[in-house]
Amino acid sequence: MEKAKLQEYWKINLGYLIGLLVAWFLVSYGFGILLAEPLNAIQIGGFKLGFWFAQQGSIYIFVLLIFIYVALMNSLDRKFDVREE
Amino acid sequence: MDVQTWTYIIVGATFLIYIAIAIWAKAGSTKEFYVAGAGVPPIINGMATAADWMSAASFISMAGLISFMGYDGSVYLMGWTGGYVLLALLLAPYLRKFGKFTVPDFVGDRYYSNVARTVAVICAIFVSFTYVAGQMRGVGVVFSRFLEVDINTGILLGMGIVFFYAVLGGMKGITYTQVAQYCVLIFAYMVPAIFLSMIIAGTPIPQLGMGGSGADGVFLLDKLDNLHAELGFAAYTTGSKPMIDVFAITFALMVGTAGLPHVIVRFFTVPRVRDARISAGWALIFIALLYTTAPAIATFARLNLIQTVSNNSYTDMPGWFKKWEKTGLLAWMDKNNDGKIQYTGKNAGGGDPFEGKKAEITKEKGQYGQMLMSNKPTDNSNELYIDKDIMVLANPEIGNLPNWVIALVAAGGLAAALSTAAGLLLVISTSVSHDLIKKQINPNITEKSELMFARIAVGVAIVIAGYFGINPPGFVAEVVAFAFGLAAASFFPVIILGIFSKRMNKEGAISGMLSGLIFTAAYIVYFKFISPDMNKPEFWWFGVSPEGIGTVGMLINIAVSFVVSRITPAPPQEIQELVDSLRYPKGAGEASAH
Repeated sequence: MEKAKLQEYWKINLGYLIGLLVAWFLVSYGFGILLAEPLNAIQIGGFKLGFWFAQQGSIYIFVLLIFIYVALMNSLDRKFDVREE
Repeated sequence: MDVQTWTYIIVGATFLIYIAIAIWAKAGSTKEFYVAGAGVPPIINGMATAADWMSAASFISMAGLISFMGYDGSVYLMGWTGGYVLLALLLAPYLRKFGKFTVPDFVGDRYYSNVARTVAVICAIFVSFTYVAGQMRGVGVVFSRFLEVDINTGILLGMGIVFFYAVLGGMKGITYTQVAQYCVLIFAYMVPAIFLSMIIAGTPIPQLGMGGSGADGVFLLDKLDNLHAELGFAAYTTGSKPMIDVFAITFALMVGTAGLPHVIVRFFTVPRVRDARISAGWALIFIALLYTTAPAIATFARLNLIQTVSNNSYTDMPGWFKKWEKTGLLAWMDKNNDGKIQYTGKNAGGGDPFEGKKAEITKEKGQYGQMLMSNKPTDNSNELYIDKDIMVLANPEIGNLPNWVIALVAAGGLAAALSTAAGLLLVISTSVSHDLIKKQINPNITEKSELMFARIAVGVAIVIAGYFGINPPGFVAEVVAFAFGLAAASFFPVIILGIFSKRMNKEGAISGMLSGLIFTAAYIVYFKFISPDMNKPEFWWFGVSPEGIGTVGMLINIAVSFVVSRITPAPPQEIQELVDSLRYPKGAGEASAH
């Protein structure tokens, strides 16, 4: 594998990481903490939205983020032929 | 059958399973002992990680803690799950590619320095011992409450079980017992939660029930907020902690989780890099099952408690109230002699019902048959004392569930405590036999004697942990903040920088680790031990409590590392190549087969 290609692989990986970590930050620190008060004005079922993100929603989205990353990287590994057997 | 008999049967059966697994999974080499031969399938590893991670505190105390803290309790929910995103994205795959046995291995090799390795070993041992003492105590508490054996006997029994499977099977034995322990603990947690949700919210799914309504059609959380306002407690769904502190604590817990050696080492046990990524995902699914149920239990239990006790006569209290009164975990002091229970918070003239941290029950009974205490009453209107742990422990009785469910909760608490203890003990033993003896004192040691040293080290660690369980230092609760703060301020940044910055050198890493550690330790020691009366928001730096200071320590670590690494020589060529090889699952250096 030539160096330039590996560097490209790493750059794409970093792009994925930044995107997913922004989402990670947004649902927990953003919706669950910093914006919790304004979001609490919205009520869905018996949940105030900010409270829901802090005690339920952020956790579901954390799980989702990991599986999105797994899927993205599995296809990236194949594309760049760095997938282990 | 009575609860006692059921508990003996169920706890006995689970212990037999753990022992059988230990015999089946005997470790034959150091590789099997340290990382289960790196052959654990990702789902299995995810399950083991979940049991490893969820301790006696998660199982017994967390729902109760949230029940009393309301929104502020979210710091634990987000903090103890969000770290897995960091693990999956920033740590696990690269450490698996590195492919050695321990976290100090990585720090020592990446920073080509035995000083760095030694600092890492000391941190790993300190963090793990801090944690394990609490687990042993948890084992003793469960035994004493459910089987009515003495706490110390309970701890000795627990030590015996862990000794058997950790010494025999090492990581291999621990992994497969943790899988069994996860199944026991999650079943034990979910059964009462589902029943409670049916009774209070009319749905079997607690996560939905929490946002649902009772028979009267009023949403449970709204009802709870109203009751809190009425009785003078801070609102349940909005916090009373300063936002900056909530932010800092959540962050410190997240990066602390991602930096805890007993969690990281689990990702060395899977066969491939992509398995490390997905196994973090599985781990978080298994953890999320409990962590999204806990706030629902917290809501149900809080509502049920207030509605049962508030302004009602003591003589009308249900059986569970009187049962738990005998343990001193629940206490009522009839200060105004009206025979009714007044339960009030600070905003309505309430507060602590009496002086002292625990209810000191006496043998005498009051005119309504209530247990009397020797504590000195306070002059506020609150009459009720509740220990947070009973919110989970008393659930089956509150829901009128059959006796076998109560026994199941005991087995679940033990599974949670034992699985975490075993994972921690392995980190301690590996640090000694591998990072100290093999890597520093005697590199020529044979495989066979290294394995023997590993087994001896586990044995010694169990004895020390048991000693601390039997004679708990008064500061156990305080030092938990230490474990996370130190992991956040030391391991997390040093590993991340080692992977993502090729320019990071040993001078930067060591000075960063030391400055992060010293700052965090000094801050916690000052506010927790030297001047506990100063431990208030107005004295905290930047408004951050000792629980959240690891966040600041981490930032200091990163800043110092960067500055020092830029004014000292770049790391040698082969280290830069090592970093390159970490970044690709295959190519640029093959995956290490250990």
